[in-house]
Amino acid sequence: MGLREGALSIELKHVHKKFGDFKALDDVSLKIEDGELLALLGPSGSGKTTLLRVVAGLDPFDEGQVLFSGRDAENQKTHQRGVGFVFQHYALFRHMTVFDNIAFGLNVLPRKTRPSRDQIRAKVMELLNLVQLEWLADRFPWQLSGGQRQRIALARALAVRPQVLLLDEPFGSLDAQVRKELRAWLRRFHDEFHITTIFVTHDQEEALEVADRIVVMNKGKLIQVGTPEDVFHNPVNSFVLSFLGNVNFFHCRLEEGKAVIGESALEVPGLSVQRPQAAKLYVRPNQFKISRVFSPSALKAIVEYVNPAGTVVKINLKTESGQQILVEITQEELKNIKIKKHEKVYVSLKDVSYLEYVQDNP
Amino acid sequence: MGFKEFMGVITAPRTLAAYKLSFTTAFLSALINAVFGLIVAWVLVRYSFPGKRIVDALVDFPLALPTAVAGIALTELYTPTGWVGQYLGVLGIKAAFTPLGITIALTFIGLPFVVRTIQPVLEDMDPQIEEAAASLGANRWQTVSKIILPVIFPALLTGVTLAFARAIGEYGSVIFIAGNMPMKTEIVPLLIMTKLEQYDYTGATAIAIGMLVISFVLLATANFFQWLTSRNLGKA
Amino acid sequence: MSSRAEPKFVKYLLIFVALVFFGLFIVLPLICVFDNALAQGLRFYLKTLQDPDALAAMRMTMTVALVAVPLNLVFGVAASWAIAKFDFKGKGLLLSLIDLPLSVSPVIAGFIFVLLFGAQGYLGPWLIAHNIRIIFAVPGIILATIFVTFPMVARELIPIMRSQGNEEEEAAITLGASGWKTFWLISVPNIRFGVLYGIILCNARAMGEFGAVSVVSGHIRGLTNTLPLHVEILYNEYQTVAAFAAASVLALLAILTLIAKTAIEATIHSGQRQG
Repeated sequence: MGLREGALSIELKHVHKKFGDFKALDDVSLKIEDGELLALLGPSGSGKTTLLRVVAGLDPFDEGQVLFSGRDAENQKTHQRGVGFVFQHYALFRHMTVFDNIAFGLNVLPRKTRPSRDQIRAKVMELLNLVQLEWLADRFPWQLSGGQRQRIALARALAVRPQVLLLDEPFGSLDAQVRKELRAWLRRFHDEFHITTIFVTHDQEEALEVADRIVVMNKGKLIQVGTPEDVFHNPVNSFVLSFLGNVNFFHCRLEEGKAVIGESALEVPGLSVQRPQAAKLYVRPNQFKISRVFSPSALKAIVEYVNPAGTVVKINLKTESGQQILVEITQEELKNIKIKKHEKVYVSLKDVSYLEYVQDNP
Repeated sequence: MGFKEFMGVITAPRTLAAYKLSFTTAFLSALINAVFGLIVAWVLVRYSFPGKRIVDALVDFPLALPTAVAGIALTELYTPTGWVGQYLGVLGIKAAFTPLGITIALTFIGLPFVVRTIQPVLEDMDPQIEEAAASLGANRWQTVSKIILPVIFPALLTGVTLAFARAIGEYGSVIFIAGNMPMKTEIVPLLIMTKLEQYDYTGATAIAIGMLVISFVLLATANFFQWLTSRNLGKA
Repeated sequence: MSSRAEPKFVKYLLIFVALVFFGLFIVLPLICVFDNALAQGLRFYLKTLQDPDALAAMRMTMTVALVAVPLNLVFGVAASWAIAKFDFKGKGLLLSLIDLPLSVSPVIAGFIFVLLFGAQGYLGPWLIAHNIRIIFAVPGIILATIFVTFPMVARELIPIMRSQGNEEEEAAITLGASGWKTFWLISVPNIRFGVLYGIILCNARAMGEFGAVSVVSGHIRGLTNTLPLHVEILYNEYQTVAAFAAASVLALLAILTLIAKTAIEATIHSGQRQG
């Protein structure tokens, strides 16, 4: 099925945009490769939707350049850019049937290039077939469920054969179950047709699961760009780290390759010996080891809560200094150590996600 | 027109009497609508009773009915021989051609403003707020007086201000029932009309400017209350 | 639900008070109009309405509405589109200007036109020199009516357009529709009920306006009288039944307006547009 029209790359060069005093985009430079599935990930207000709208030509920007296949797109109107935009709340035309919604982009073509009625009909049915909703052709938007609206909005955007698909929080307002299904569907769809796709999300799990590459944004700036694996395992700073899943954080002193927290000196794998220094230690819940046996290189803690419901076991611990720690272990490990509430345990480090050096206070 | 001339017109006894009359009757009618408009709005939002939809639709009747028609109908009702006037006469009350008659006409005109500003606010109120109050031990009267009334109070003030503003400038529905006696039952818009008919444009302009200033102050007040309302509903 | 309910007697007392007040102030005047109009029988009623002056007044009222309503429709749709969908300098001023006719006394509204176009007005000498009559003539009545009914359409549309936001328009643009096509294919259909609503209210006000028209009309029978002015003249001449007969036509119009308004609201609330 011909959904695509030639190769396309998009490049942003030093794009700035302000709303009053608020910096929505702050010196954003980014290259999006042809056929890529890219996630823009960040908290609300981080500028990700603005970035998407700038690419679409829906919002103007103050400084910088947006290039489509190397050509400056400044004078290209939205509809000349070959973008298909799927809006957060779908923006289906409420007074039109599903069929007319999808046919809209074809119906508004100039008479010369407009396909015949039959061709339009065939195209719409083909798209309905693609999103598996042929039986909804004559319904109105208000008669559809959220997930159905989402897929119709996608079909409508695809009708104009866009070179790039832009999705604003595509699964944001859907139930958890529908979300999961559509996520998988989008990945499969992309694998089949390879349309360059950029989607905005604030859900790290969604970004990690679906995207080829993730752009983490905060306060209008690009913080990190990389593959999901890269971003998850090698975060460039603590913001990326804490945004991509739960993380525990400790103040410590690094001494002779160990992290000293209170009276315990924890072994830090891979840390070379260096001069004593204050640091912040970021540890993911699955990077701990729990033992009942005392060790000088382990933290003493009391078990506050054990929740074995789920694929991993979640354990809440409290150290002597009163700090809360969230630990995840496998069901296997739980069977081996059999810890219960109020019991004393010793926590050591299997690995560390991120280490941040702190200037010593004089 | 110089400032002296302006002040001369504005402070003439007949002008002052008209302003006083317009203000008092408009204020009284707004007050009456504050009480009864609130009750009508409450009843329409919270209760169901036969004919409710008709009552709801008819709330806008004073806005839809040409004011001249309202004027002659109210006059006929309240003259000493009218359907209502004859009973008031038994009680020794004269309504037509007195300030009371003017107040009645202005009450008719103002009702939709009060009802239609309170109604949506009552409808939008989250029922859970009341349930929360009840669950925390408040009895019904406490819930109404401490939770509901404070939320709708700015809307009530908005509606009352709008009704008052409309009443100050009202002409058609009042002139028939007023009697239009200078110094006694002559409202400001009528005084402007009289000056105009005498080709006294200077006098008419002076009085009109006074009215415009009042209108703008009232409009600004209503907007302020509106802003308070939307803030109370957590929408601002 | 007991936590959200008053004692029964309070409820019935409130309903009773509301209905009595409502009956006294709304229903009684309405009945009064028709009762007086038919006081001398249906035949007399119909005869009164066929009086040449009455017919002329009706024609005048219709003419005024036929000019004022379409003009205000165009203006109202354009203004509310601009206000709801775009940001521009002077937007606040435009909003206040739209509300202005609602906040000034109709007498003052009419007076403004006398000051502008009257014999002693700013443009008076020029108009006289060119033999154009506005005040005490039909153009004055139409101008005053346009001014007074100016806000009716825009005020209905602005909140509707605001609540609908821009997304559908933006979607249309990403799909290649021009601004013009977006306006006609997306914006207009989405506000069609609001437009209808505005037209009905605007029409009711245009046909019923009294104060402003009274100032500029000159009360010339058969020439510059609208139906409300005709009612006034008859009533002041103690032709009560004839006055109420003419009034009943306007009252009927008011009732039809309310019925149409309620019907539109019912359509809107039936879920069709809950998007």
